Amino acid sequence: MQIPVEGFMYPNEVELQWSILIVLYPYITGLVAGAFILASLERVFQVQAVKPTYRLALLTALAFLLVAPLPLQLHLGHPERSLEMYLTPHRSSAMAMFGFVYLWYLMGVLLLEIWLDYRREIVLLSQTTTGALRFVYRVLTLGSSNISERSLRIDERVGYFITLIGIPSAFLLHGYVGFIFGSIKANPWWSSPLMPIVFVFSAMVSGISAVMLLYMLSTRLRGKEIDMCCLDTIARYLLYTFIIDFSLEMLDLLQRIYEADESFRSLDFMVHTRLWTSQVIVQILLGTVTPIVLLGLTQVLRINDIARKRVYGLAGCLTMIGIFAMRWNVVIGGQLFSKSFLGYTTYKMAFATREGLLTAIALMILPFVILWVLVKLLPPWPESASSPSSDVVPAHGTS
Amino acid sequence: MDITRRRLLVLLPAAAVAWRYVLAGTPEASPNYRLTEHWWGMLIDIPKCIGCGSCVRACAEENDVPEGYYRTWIERYHVLDWPVERPEVESPNGGKYGFPPRAEDGKNFFVPKLCNHCAESPCTQVCPVGATFVSPDGVVLVDKNYCLGCRYCVQACPYGCRFINPKTKTAEKCTLCYHRITKGLTTACCEVCPTGARQLADLKNPKDPIHEFLRTHTVQVLKPHMATGAKVFYNGMDGSVR
Amino acid sequence: MFKDIEHLIRLAAVIALALAAFVILRAAVVPLSFGQYGHYRGAAISEVASRPMAFAGHEACEGCHTDVVDQKKLGKHVVVACEACHGALAKHADDPGSVQPPKLDTAVVCARCHEANSAKPKGFPQVATADHSGGLACSTCHQPHRPKIETAKIETEGKK
Repeated sequence: MQIPVEGFMYPNEVELQWSILIVLYPYITGLVAGAFILASLERVFQVQAVKPTYRLALLTALAFLLVAPLPLQLHLGHPERSLEMYLTPHRSSAMAMFGFVYLWYLMGVLLLEIWLDYRREIVLLSQTTTGALRFVYRVLTLGSSNISERSLRIDERVGYFITLIGIPSAFLLHGYVGFIFGSIKANPWWSSPLMPIVFVFSAMVSGISAVMLLYMLSTRLRGKEIDMCCLDTIARYLLYTFIIDFSLEMLDLLQRIYEADESFRSLDFMVHTRLWTSQVIVQILLGTVTPIVLLGLTQVLRINDIARKRVYGLAGCLTMIGIFAMRWNVVIGGQLFSKSFLGYTTYKMAFATREGLLTAIALMILPFVILWVLVKLLPPWPESASSPSSDVVPAHGTS
Repeated sequence: MDITRRRLLVLLPAAAVAWRYVLAGTPEASPNYRLTEHWWGMLIDIPKCIGCGSCVRACAEENDVPEGYYRTWIERYHVLDWPVERPEVESPNGGKYGFPPRAEDGKNFFVPKLCNHCAESPCTQVCPVGATFVSPDGVVLVDKNYCLGCRYCVQACPYGCRFINPKTKTAEKCTLCYHRITKGLTTACCEVCPTGARQLADLKNPKDPIHEFLRTHTVQVLKPHMATGAKVFYNGMDGSVR
Repeated sequence: MFKDIEHLIRLAAVIALALAAFVILRAAVVPLSFGQYGHYRGAAISEVASRPMAFAGHEACEGCHTDVVDQKKLGKHVVVACEACHGALAKHADDPGSVQPPKLDTAVVCARCHEANSAKPKGFPQVATADHSGGLACSTCHQPHRPKIETAKIETEGKK
């Protein structure tokens, strides 16, 4: 397979090292972090309006987090050796340390929070369900069937504490991914102290957007009424986060253009040619500016509910595409130019191979399949929450 | 001694652990070679390089380098007067089969490149499992039985000297012919270089003639601003070399 | 009170068990020589060092081919290693009788270094071979071990 090269590239640079799977990976972990932040808005910052999406956001985060290691495993030359990252982690390697951040976040934060929040339902379901599913619920109870008011209050407190740690953990999760790229001094497209922060904010944008769309879609599918107050609040937070994200990216761009260091000419040419469509058209115009304008319009103009829902839907979809394009531009863009700054190569994406487009599509569909299973196992809908056995109502999660 | 059940419960695990050490063997070393007595590097004398490609071919043969990948390669520079940062560079098949004849004015020269065996190696820094490392004698090596093939090291190398071997699916690069230099020979590339443009250097050996050369000539490393502690020194290197 | 946090204690027990399993796994699986010199498998150093060689090195050749050594000493090619032209010959050095080095085609071998190219150093002997020899092989006039043409071609040393 001859790869077209323009100008000069070091001979070993012509073939890209990291494929579309490595574009998917920060996209997926970004959705996790973003969905979790949205959930924590309600729990920690007491934004009551977004309560209807609390459990859905948590399950969404879990579904995506479970899929996140898959693109990495498929990309490795020796996936059977991947346990080495946990057995002999190299402490100076961001990638190795990330393995533990991921594990911590999955086990210590997300699973724990979901378990504590759902424990009453799990215990009840373990007693009422029949068939094979009953065994699943019984395992999930860990053998304890105590759902007294006192134990639930304790769960509440522990859960609050977990969420409190969870917020910086979510930032750490995706900030670390940003650092994996941002700490590579050899690559001027990646090397930047802003990278972790840009990644975190774009993660929040994509995660909030994903939960918003899922909420709209799932409510529609269940034939229920969308809580417009909830939706408006989510959209507002999406707008605020977007503005910060856009400002950060523009700041990076302006600084690069102004300082115009050795790499600038080469990178500038790359953006104007190979990355024109994916960066300028898709990421910036369609994926950032348009959603910001649309969301901004809903804040300053009076628009009726139906139209507003359509605007949110459109803005949400464009955002999801735009943030994917951002990951593409970072990962693929960072490998298209030569470190000699004298040439460019091309990314030849395969279709049906281990690292091809088909695999990427399958990996993007998988989290929704898992989410569907989770939603059946642990329904997050407000009306499915179990009614309290006494007068005391736990402060959140059920409404 | 009576082998009671209790004693056996203690003895057996202890014996199992001890047996593992027996199986592992003692770390092998060439009888006269002491790791701490050497600190390897290389000198590339640019005015001497004739771009014959012997080094690239010899390296490929000595180390079974797959076609299309390069542990070492040669770049041909054609430098215009201005700007100096944008020379015309070519490296057809890494220079393995020589270069097409060109008759140009201006500044033209060849630059052999290889792994710089950095003392502060960025590729070693990012390896998640410790599959690539700086040996005690200053050679950056890859443990191909431990490497995951994650390619992080390839991204982290500023010089583009690493690649993934398509057969072993692990990271690979110049080993400074470690299997030769630990036996008192020189690297394959230095052996076949007809003009002495490439010469192995042992920076810890006071009798090494390259020491004297480094002290008395103007030498540079590639991309000094990266602060990698590169140990491949270039004599007579033009500012246009990328 | 204990009853109300029983589920948390069970959870803590599960976590403790998982940690213990990890520690045991680690002790069993991590290679023994890991950490010997640094954060890597110490045994890897000897694994890399024990690779077989393809090139013998000129000293190995000089042991037997003293006649060629004497010839080379008289000319510019004294600095050129044997295997630079003759290729990797460790197998031949190990078993000279049964492993014969391949015959060289001077038209190819000599041109690699001596074909004219503006990037070669100005003082280096280089020719445009098509014009220089009119298609004749280099060995027609030059003896590779002692390339300067002093007199008519020296035949006694043989075509090597």
